[in-house]
Amino acid sequence: MTRLLALLALVLTLGALVAAPGALASDARPTLGELEGEVMCPTCKTTLDMSRSPVADSIRRFITGRIDAGDSKSEIKTRLVEEFGQAVLAEPSKRGFNLLAWVLPLVGIVLAAIVLGGLAYKWSRSRGTRGGGPGGAAGDGLDADTERKLDEELARFED
Amino acid sequence: MSNVETTPPTEAPGNSVPKRVAQVIALLAVGALLGLLIWKVATRDAGGAAAKLAASKGAPVAAPQFTLPRINGIPGVADGTTVSLASLKGKVVVLNFWASWCIPCKQESPRLQEAYIKYKDKGVVVLGVDAQDFTGDARSFAKKYGLTYLIVHDGSGKTLSPYGVTGFPETFFVDRQGNLVGQRIEGEISAKQLDEGITQALAT
Repeated sequence: MTRLLALLALVLTLGALVAAPGALASDARPTLGELEGEVMCPTCKTTLDMSRSPVADSIRRFITGRIDAGDSKSEIKTRLVEEFGQAVLAEPSKRGFNLLAWVLPLVGIVLAAIVLGGLAYKWSRSRGTRGGGPGGAAGDGLDADTERKLDEELARFED
Repeated sequence: MSNVETTPPTEAPGNSVPKRVAQVIALLAVGALLGLLIWKVATRDAGGAAAKLAASKGAPVAAPQFTLPRINGIPGVADGTTVSLASLKGKVVVLNFWASWCIPCKQESPRLQEAYIKYKDKGVVVLGVDAQDFTGDARSFAKKYGLTYLIVHDGSGKTLSPYGVTGFPETFFVDRQGNLVGQRIEGEISAKQLDEGITQALAT
């Protein structure tokens, strides 16, 4: 179990090291195309890249202006949230109450894994107990009476 | 010895209690989710105040309350201070939902300004709610079209659903008691509709 946890931590750390430089570069030098997929059009409730509404065009102009002014992606998003509220972001922020939206699915996956693991363990143990129980032949799942009858039938064929 | 083998296995007393507790918790969780769904469907305010007004047949319909930041000044009052609809009780309010990117809003805004000038001494307030818009764009719009009536900003559009606003512009009339009167005007409002709405609101 300890080895498994260590392996998991190693994989997560390596993943973070691989992903971090790209994410940092993207935050410092955002493109309109990137942000169009991460910002919602307030009137049509789709991301900007799927909308040609007047307010979407207005937000696109704003983003282009802020990119030209040298703002980072997070700065642009902060300004958009100040204007339109949290709903302007296609993904909830990773702070405060919104963090629940990110954490709960992971908690759900972990809980499901624990429950499935527990059930699998219980099932494998009960199979083992049945196979080795009184009157049963270990491993083949047949009780002594059935095995005897089977032997008799096979013997008849051999005759 | 044989008794021990033939007696059916019984559940250990320590195991049954946690299992029962887990079942109760699971049932409660499902029940709570079901209750939440029923409550959400039952309390859904489809159409908002506009639908209530259309179905009211003259009965008073309370205007949904809100408090929003002001984005254009009245002399002596700082920009950015908040305005609540409740604070305008005792006055007739022409409530206009708009945005700077809305084309018909450009056509109707001079009419709202004219109505404001015409009726302001009779206790009438024109209140523009700039929704789903950039504050800077709304300020530029107000300056360009010379709008001096009260304008507040609702960037997230939280007031739209309670009023049942489905597009811009839309105009409501609120009487001195804070009730919606007359008809909701969808789209560009005419000078005649403004006069009729204000006259009706002043008469109630």
